[in-house]
Amino acid sequence: MAEPRGHLKRKLGLSTWIAVVCVLAALHALPWVFPSILHIMIMIFLFSLMGQGWNVLGGYAGQFSFGHSLFFGVGAYVSSLLFVRLGLTPWIGIFVSCGAGILLGLFVGFLSFRYGLKGPFFALIMLAFAEIFHMTATGWSAVGGALGVLIPLKGNAPGLMQFLRKEPFYFLTLWMMVGSLYLVWRLESTRLGLYFLATREDHDAAEALGVNTFRAQMAAMAISAGLTSIGGTIYAQYLLYIDPDSTFGVVNSVEIMLRPIIGGPGTILGPLLGSVVLTPLSEITRLAFQSYSGVYLMIYGLILVAVIMFLPDGLIGFARRVVKKFQKGAA
Amino acid sequence: MENRSFLEVQSVSKSFRGLKAISEVAFRMAEKEILGLIGPNGAGKTTLFNLITGFLQPDEGRINFLGQNIVGLAPHGICKLGITRTFQIVKPFSHLSTLENVAVGCYNRTAAVEEVEEKAWEILRFVGLENKALQPASSLTTPDRKRLEMARALGTRPRLLLLDEVMAGLNPKEQGDIVALVHRIREAGTAILVIEHHMRVIMGVSDRIVVINHGVCIADGEPRRVCEDPGVIEAYLGKGAFACLGSTT
Repeated sequence: MAEPRGHLKRKLGLSTWIAVVCVLAALHALPWVFPSILHIMIMIFLFSLMGQGWNVLGGYAGQFSFGHSLFFGVGAYVSSLLFVRLGLTPWIGIFVSCGAGILLGLFVGFLSFRYGLKGPFFALIMLAFAEIFHMTATGWSAVGGALGVLIPLKGNAPGLMQFLRKEPFYFLTLWMMVGSLYLVWRLESTRLGLYFLATREDHDAAEALGVNTFRAQMAAMAISAGLTSIGGTIYAQYLLYIDPDSTFGVVNSVEIMLRPIIGGPGTILGPLLGSVVLTPLSEITRLAFQSYSGVYLMIYGLILVAVIMFLPDGLIGFARRVVKKFQKGAA
Repeated sequence: MENRSFLEVQSVSKSFRGLKAISEVAFRMAEKEILGLIGPNGAGKTTLFNLITGFLQPDEGRINFLGQNIVGLAPHGICKLGITRTFQIVKPFSHLSTLENVAVGCYNRTAAVEEVEEKAWEILRFVGLENKALQPASSLTTPDRKRLEMARALGTRPRLLLLDEVMAGLNPKEQGDIVALVHRIREAGTAILVIEHHMRVIMGVSDRIVVINHGVCIADGEPRRVCEDPGVIEAYLGKGAFACLGSTT
């Protein structure tokens, strides 16, 4: 049997490339066609970017984090404080945020993976670290305390990542999200990407086959933390106000992890798909139940239970199963 | 005797909470040798595998491989040096395809994707799994899973391969296929250390046999001689076993 090549290296066929280009073109035209949904689109892209960050660690490397708000918050706080205190433009601040997130991720990762923590234990370590930072940010007046940080609006200042209109943020988040998709897509074709999967599937078997599982997990942690921190910086510049609850809060950890889990953990498009489904729902329920704050979290809880019970591999896994059934039925 | 031996296990001991699982076990292996490791259940065979491959650290003793002490190295480091293993309870990467499973092993020697893919197909043909390359590993049958265990291990290009009961649960025909595979692996230049309970199979396949009982090495020699050893008969084989097996060796 002459086997076709290219099963390890991901390649897209011509039709897929055409589809990708068409979708991107449509997304670029969207601000002029539906200007009213720009805010929701920005939130979809932003949480898809951060969800992709979670996905690298949780979906690919198999380490479920219950505290990714840690990186979200660090990303938001580092760039904002640098801007407010030192006047450093967030365009540089975003790199500092990213670096700070990665260092923090490696620190937490070292503590956890060195001793083989996994499953619920790792999830709790992440939750604990997010809460430590939450408490510290609340209690420490030098970083704004419970009131948070107000980023002064300098008018339309592209050099400071500040825009009076939503369109620039739309394109910024769109391309950041596309960049994260590309990164993960490329990652799937590399040794590191396959090592992530092997580590997730079976730790011991991976080690026996020469995989340094500790290093693989640390690498996954670094990529994951970096992506999520970048999202935090953009979020802060978009809203121009951050406080401990809206950044380090547990809610954000749930927001970030729920997207890839619903979309399909360990798949390239999972976080985006999950974000497309969940973000409008979250915005709508927040508006609908404005006077009962927290109701939307109850709805999240119900969705999470339903997804874990009925769609363990997310919407993408569900779609794949339907396609397979359909193919079998046709054959 | 050559002063730089291939594998040398020097009076290795390991206890679990005071219970001696392995007690001063020592043996050597030559290059391209097939060594059988037998003994009753709980004798410490798998523990010995875990010690050699770095999954457990011995309390005492040294393990030299190509003149280097490998005690204290992590399993992946030992794999880089050229020792790898299969698991008694197979551990396929269930959600990955058969090809990807083997590719994980092949990446041990190179990071180039094209080279890895080529090598992985070659190994799949070698073990006879090429028609199932693109299926998820979870869809494979038990005999195929055992083959996959071996294929993945071969992907790392080992100089010493440790096989932990790869024939358990297979029917005689499937066992014969695996035996043929073991011989072909050796011909390709790899030494093999086999744990097996099927006496006929191990007598036929091994150049030499080491018997352990209660963590102690009680015999070491050619299959026929080990089979006649009164201590081995007492501990493991039972009286009359030789008459049964003699005809096949």
